[in-house]
Amino acid sequence: MDIKLKLNGKPICAQIDADTVLLDFLRAQGCYSVKRGCDTSNCGLCTVLMDGKPVLSCSMLAARAGGHSIQTLEGLQEEAADFVGFIADQGADQCGFCNPGFVMNTIALLRENPDPTDDEIRAYLAGNLCRCSGYDGQLRGIRNYVNSRKG
Amino acid sequence: MEQREYKVVGKSFRKKDSMQLLLGKPVYMEDVTPEALVVKILRSPHPNAMVQEINTKAAKLVPGVVDIYTWEDVPKTRFAIAGQTYPEPSPYDRLILDRHVRFAGDAVAIIAAETEKAAWKAMKLIKVKYEVLEPVLDYHTALDNPILVHPEEDWEPPCQVGGSNKRNLVASGVDADGDVEGVLQDCDIVLDRTFHTRAFQQAMMEPFGCFTQLDRYGRLHVVSSTQIVFHTRRILSRALGIPKSRIRVEKPRIGGGFGAKQTAVCDVYPAFVTMKTGRPARIIYTREECQIAGSPRHEMEIRVRLGANKDGKIRVLDLYTLSNSGAYGEHGPTTVGLSGHKSIPLYTGSLEAYRFGYDVVYTNLQAAGAYRGYGATQGIFAVESVVNELAETLGIDPTLIRDRNMVRQGMVMPAYYGETANACALDRCMEHCREMFGWEEKYPVRDMGDGKVRAAGVAMAMQGSCISNVDVGSATVKLSEDGTYNLIIGAADMGTGCDTILAQMVAEMMDCSFDDVAVFGADTDASPYDSGSYASSTTYITGKAVEKACLELKAKICAIGAEMLGCEPEAVVMESGKVRKIDTDQTVSLTDIAYRTQVGCNTAAEATATHSSPVSPPPYMVGMVEIELDKRTGLVTILDYMAVVDCGIPINPSLARIQTEGGIVQGIGHTLMENVTYDSHGRPAESSFMQYKLPTRLDMGTLKVEFEHSYEPTGPFGAKSIGEIVINTPAPAIAHAIARATGVWHRELPITPEKVAMSLAETQMG
Repeated sequence: MDIKLKLNGKPICAQIDADTVLLDFLRAQGCYSVKRGCDTSNCGLCTVLMDGKPVLSCSMLAARAGGHSIQTLEGLQEEAADFVGFIADQGADQCGFCNPGFVMNTIALLRENPDPTDDEIRAYLAGNLCRCSGYDGQLRGIRNYVNSRKG
Repeated sequence: MEQREYKVVGKSFRKKDSMQLLLGKPVYMEDVTPEALVVKILRSPHPNAMVQEINTKAAKLVPGVVDIYTWEDVPKTRFAIAGQTYPEPSPYDRLILDRHVRFAGDAVAIIAAETEKAAWKAMKLIKVKYEVLEPVLDYHTALDNPILVHPEEDWEPPCQVGGSNKRNLVASGVDADGDVEGVLQDCDIVLDRTFHTRAFQQAMMEPFGCFTQLDRYGRLHVVSSTQIVFHTRRILSRALGIPKSRIRVEKPRIGGGFGAKQTAVCDVYPAFVTMKTGRPARIIYTREECQIAGSPRHEMEIRVRLGANKDGKIRVLDLYTLSNSGAYGEHGPTTVGLSGHKSIPLYTGSLEAYRFGYDVVYTNLQAAGAYRGYGATQGIFAVESVVNELAETLGIDPTLIRDRNMVRQGMVMPAYYGETANACALDRCMEHCREMFGWEEKYPVRDMGDGKVRAAGVAMAMQGSCISNVDVGSATVKLSEDGTYNLIIGAADMGTGCDTILAQMVAEMMDCSFDDVAVFGADTDASPYDSGSYASSTTYITGKAVEKACLELKAKICAIGAEMLGCEPEAVVMESGKVRKIDTDQTVSLTDIAYRTQVGCNTAAEATATHSSPVSPPPYMVGMVEIELDKRTGLVTILDYMAVVDCGIPINPSLARIQTEGGIVQGIGHTLMENVTYDSHGRPAESSFMQYKLPTRLDMGTLKVEFEHSYEPTGPFGAKSIGEIVINTPAPAIAHAIARATGVWHRELPITPEKVAMSLAETQMG
């Protein structure tokens, strides 16, 4: 089947099998930031934005993205670069495999709530697993970024 | 104590790769390798069976299927997939595909197809007739069971470790010092307790994966998510029967390892496909495969007998560990050793005698492997729990009982291969943690009303900094024409930041900026030999190799500079960016020196050095936890987890802190929520992240980590290790807090809310 969608701001048409999962479709389009960490919608590694809202691309058919706008980290480099340095300063990037999904969800968080409390950060990102960092360094990074914006 | 102020070492630099990782650049195996055949494994549904017939005809007709391989197609040489120095302690007990399948999940056939869909479809069409055999699923009954997991005649142990396949025994041994029974009889109090830990999963975010192709010379080029490039080359060479010179193994960035990738879990499959078809091939395990056919922690049952005086003096420890290696012996003979050798020495301060005996057995369950902590985690849960129970029984503050008995700097540790604790700040860690945590206020059990109770727990830990007399690390340091450096290593940065901390060492040694050091690793064609990143060894062993290589390079640079300045090498010094003739202003720049080496010169501006160590200095740590326990539901909530670590000198304090925080949360996971239970076929029920519950950021409370420095004379810049020790304190500390809150000692992990609630119900009924 054919689908039309906007991928990272660019309109694209593609021919796909009806059962293609969005994650696989995006990787086939060269969006390698989108990672698969589980097969059960539990890890958050494959988080992308559909019409600005975070979705798990592993549990959505590519066909459902038809007519919508999908953004991956490839398309949000500047917005991400604004805050990820604060996470790097904590050394909390670690292996990095969870980073794209976690960064995408953080973008969604900060758009929705530019001045979150620590508990709001924890709750919003609860679906993004990380096995390396113990989460606290990621939190400190986001906290430092949010504080830096307050001047 | 020698503690110098350094320019680069001891500072928190960002990881070399951090912006690449945080911005989602393509750096992992699947991202950097080209299109390839999809490799899938058909797995046995039975825990013990012989493949009688296997019919692949219909499956091979599926469009897109390239080939399907069975036990009849593979080489007949047994090998081990454990990433260990040759001759491996792990037995040669595997074939690429074996007619005898030994656990529910064991490989039966390899499918190579153009697409994933074709591979899955073919898998369903392979018809296998099994002769189903009775399995050994209970590791208590494995030893000398008439059912043998490995009855084959060609089972081969490369090392003598006390094992015998005719007894289902992977390894066995005993080690003792002093009159254990005599001291036990003389003690005022003897606690005899048995503990049980499960086959927990590393659950690194990037699943096992490997890509293989024939390179432009027709050699097998392997791109693997691995901690052990050189061991993988050796393993593939034996398994495939091809010379090492025809294999190149490299690793890109790795999405976490934690020891899982210290075993070549999946590499043989695509490698075999590439050798057969000549085509690129790639395997990526599903999360389910990672959970049921991975390389988890060894399940252990540990019996501890502790003898003490009424005043709290711990006089004797007697440990027996029964370790469950599962269907294959990877890391079985070695993990078990740490359960005793890295728990008992914590009490060197007072022990008069110790004994440590063990058996490691085969069962028809998923094979275990290496997991951060490597046996120490299990042993420390047991020993630290018994010590906590002793303190509570005697009515002595559990931190004070440790002050009284712990190992201290300068002590010889009989239970730790007779090594001396040359750098040990465990006493200061305890003092520091007690104060930071507010032990005095938090130790008393507090009823918060509404069925909720707050309580605290404590534990100590140690680990090693390498495998003494075994691990080898190497580093090459090269000077470039602009005065910058390349560092080339064979150790594998799996996210921990070893590329970064080793570059910091180069910058310190060569007196240059951190940004002027580029790091490359790891590739068997390009890197100097390194046993790999495991056993907490990279900072301590490869770090020392970096230090040595820098010293050699400096000498070379000075020699060339002296020649250019027309004097003897002894008459010059190297200063930032140049070589200067002593007592003069005459200098020559590193740029000029580097160019000089490229013109009619017989000295290369590079040096390779290798390091191994006769000792493995332990890092030490104290962890304290405050929990809130809901007596109605059994729910345990972590409020605060505080820890103080002695890793010698932290080379990069931020990265050392993150290691500690990550290890603590991983430890909280196996203590409270990560369960492993089996169905009637011995298949783990927790085969996905839906059932295998990793801690989220809502499950770990507030963490606080600080450091007490010591100076390890044999380590680079006084450093010891940090990577593994950090997972060891949560289980005993949390179990302690739960016992304080409920009066029930839980000696089996994980301590789920159900277990807590049921134990309280039983107490009330009893």
